[in-house]
Amino acid sequence: MMSEKQYIEFYQEERGEIFAHSPQWMNAHRDEAFRTFSAAGFPSRKAERYRYTDVAKDFAPNYGINTAQRPTDAPEQTLYNTIADSSDALVALNTMFAMECQTVHVGRGEHPQHPIQIVNTLRGEHPEMVCRRILIVLEENAEADIIIIDRAASKQRFLTNQVVEVQCGDGSHLNLYEIEETHLLCTRYSNMFMRVGANCSVHHTSLTLFNGHTRNRCDVQLKGEHSEVVLNGCVIADKMQHVDNNTVIDHQVAHCDSRQLYKYVLDDSAVGAFAGRILVRPGAQHTTSQETNANLCATRTARMYTQPMLEIYADDVKCSHGSTVGQMNEDALFYMRQRGISEREARLLLKSAFITEVIEHIPLSSLRDRLLILVDRRLKGELSKCEGCKMCE
Amino acid sequence: MAENAFLKEVAEKKYAYGFETQVETEILDKGLSEDVVRMISEKKGEPEWLLNFRLEAYRYWQTQEQPSWGHLTLPDIDYQAISYYADPTKKAADDGKPKEIDPELMKTFDKLGIPLEERMALSGTAVDAVMDSVSVKTTFRDKLAEQGIIFCSISEAVKQHPDLVREYLGSVVPYRDNYFAALNSAVFSDGSFVYIPKGVRCPMELSTYFRINARGTGQFERTLIVCDDDAYVSYLEGCTAPMRDENQLHAAIVEIVVGARAEVKYSTVQNWYPGDAEGKGGVLNLVTKRGLLRGDDSRLSWTQVETGSAVTWKYPSCVLQGNRSQAEFYSVAVTNNFQQADTGTKMIHLGRDTRSTIISKGISAGRSQNSYRGLVKVGKNADRARNYSSCDSLLLGSKCGAHTFPYMDVQNDSAVVEHEATTSKISEDQLFYCNQRGISTEDAVGLIVNGYAKDVLNKLPMEFAVEAQKLLNVSLEGAVG
Repeated sequence: MMSEKQYIEFYQEERGEIFAHSPQWMNAHRDEAFRTFSAAGFPSRKAERYRYTDVAKDFAPNYGINTAQRPTDAPEQTLYNTIADSSDALVALNTMFAMECQTVHVGRGEHPQHPIQIVNTLRGEHPEMVCRRILIVLEENAEADIIIIDRAASKQRFLTNQVVEVQCGDGSHLNLYEIEETHLLCTRYSNMFMRVGANCSVHHTSLTLFNGHTRNRCDVQLKGEHSEVVLNGCVIADKMQHVDNNTVIDHQVAHCDSRQLYKYVLDDSAVGAFAGRILVRPGAQHTTSQETNANLCATRTARMYTQPMLEIYADDVKCSHGSTVGQMNEDALFYMRQRGISEREARLLLKSAFITEVIEHIPLSSLRDRLLILVDRRLKGELSKCEGCKMCE
Repeated sequence: MAENAFLKEVAEKKYAYGFETQVETEILDKGLSEDVVRMISEKKGEPEWLLNFRLEAYRYWQTQEQPSWGHLTLPDIDYQAISYYADPTKKAADDGKPKEIDPELMKTFDKLGIPLEERMALSGTAVDAVMDSVSVKTTFRDKLAEQGIIFCSISEAVKQHPDLVREYLGSVVPYRDNYFAALNSAVFSDGSFVYIPKGVRCPMELSTYFRINARGTGQFERTLIVCDDDAYVSYLEGCTAPMRDENQLHAAIVEIVVGARAEVKYSTVQNWYPGDAEGKGGVLNLVTKRGLLRGDDSRLSWTQVETGSAVTWKYPSCVLQGNRSQAEFYSVAVTNNFQQADTGTKMIHLGRDTRSTIISKGISAGRSQNSYRGLVKVGKNADRARNYSSCDSLLLGSKCGAHTFPYMDVQNDSAVVEHEATTSKISEDQLFYCNQRGISTEDAVGLIVNGYAKDVLNKLPMEFAVEAQKLLNVSLEGAVG
């Protein structure tokens, strides 16, 4: 319990300060979360869902936590902390220290014309831990495109532990994109929980372009019939990067459809992990579910773990998963070399073709085009500044 | 349809091998302690080193806890309520091997259809029959010995070939491997020992038949197969147990060592008592099986048909150490009523250009839970390693579960690893097609299931394949409609 100690002590010391500086309806959950966290501690690698990421090690360094004054009169969100798995230690830690809740609320039948962009920029003089909390609520028949971008503006060690709660009312449509472009010193823990009603369509795309250590958890509960959920992800990792995507799709009712496509390109000594569990509960008949994980290891030192799981308790279902780990097709390389394309260029082309399958699924054309450029530049090793961003200059 | 009449008959009997043999059996008192381990060792007249091996394993076992990661609900096992040694041959002789087999035992194996008499030489299979903790008889030994092949019970091997046993025992599955391996290493009783010398192609199928008979006992068999360079052997294993309300524990270890250019085929038809329709009783089958492909160009294939046991927890594995070695795993696991199976394989690629294939077919019916769990690991130096895994699950009924938990860990950039899995039920179209042609739904399901499992059944030696096919139908009897 070494890593936990600093957080437990900090909470005990700063409890008054935290309570005074944030809304009452958030404070109401803190003590319970504190008890959960103190009792459970960080999950060890023995826990099935944390096999590939050493949580305690990531949380061991001494980070500062910002407890500065936030608006305490923010409107109360009744759904706050009701969708996330509050028994999870990382969620509890976030609940203890989250000072404000970024909320996107789309009313019944509404459809904002433009995509909503949430840009999180990490900036600071000292190593800092960020406890970010996001709540997305789509009421019945609402539609929204939401883009969440993580950036780092200073070369400093940052640890983000975010919790995102998503509620999709009946008949709603959500396109949610998460893009991470930080740097090697950044650690990110994202815990996303979605609750999906009937007749919904939910598309989530997660892109890890540049990072240090990342673990993305995404749990989806299908609560209403005739809904579809698509989880896509692409990861480009090199140097010492570590990316772990962990998903659970919980089919609780009949007639739902889920699809997952995760693609990884690993270079240098990067470590990738993907664990996806599809759970079809008793009675969830006529479920169709498909899970694909394809990975490209470009060097001998890159390492990939993959673990696609099916857990099925209903008989009239169609579920499948496939995963592959391989390297670049030598024939394709040879073909391009024959035609005067340099080896470097040929390899880039292959990697880019491999990864763009995920991006091509994005319906938002402006975003898709921008991502194609970003991926291209990332693969060329040019990505350090972000397009159109003045902060890093 | 004669075939069908047979099925009906067997199905009505439910579990055909559930009878009990009335034979005077010497059973050790229940409970486990260092004294019990010493006593087993003494009864078998074992040398000092083996006793020490057992004691070390026992001490290690005491420090461990029973694992709980399987997708299973294991009943609490009281390790002190089990007797660790039962000898049904005791009456016949006091000097090790009985000269005359007790006629009751003979009848038992006759009833099970196991050819113990060499008059049944036509079947062309050499058999080692093990009842409870003791090997009853091994056939065709002299004929095999002419070619230098050793096929006997492991207790005998300890006495007659101590160097070989000492060299290989625990070399593939060390006693520290897992909880049940430690338990087995401490108290293992009988099992088979096979040694095929360099360049010899074993002329007949070798087979071991395991039978649990005595009440309140566990079976802890240990099999060791060593196939030297350029040799070949095909080995079959079968098992049954009487019907009882209590759960009986079966914790075995199978170790296989394959030399350069050698080939071993290991086939199992596992038909331990699965418990009754209410899920009462049945054998807890908690087994560690592993093969080491030590030499270059060696080959090992595991084929298993799992239809019995209340709980099956087993992962026949291959360590592909030799360059260009090849391993295969073919499995059909059927669960019905309240059976639970968590089974699969581990393919550990260490050598260059190694290849492995995994074909797993799960069929669940009733209220059973059937899981595939497998690991494919490619080590740093396993250049150009290749794996293909395919796991299919078939669900019959809406109260059962089929699960897939594949793990892949790839550390080499030139490896190609592929996995696919599907879960589905028998298609209405196929059933309708059969019904239209006058085939009853029950027969149609049998037909479809056999077709589905064909990839695996084809890998079994012929007589076994026929038996397995019938077993598949019988195990699923009553699962439809």
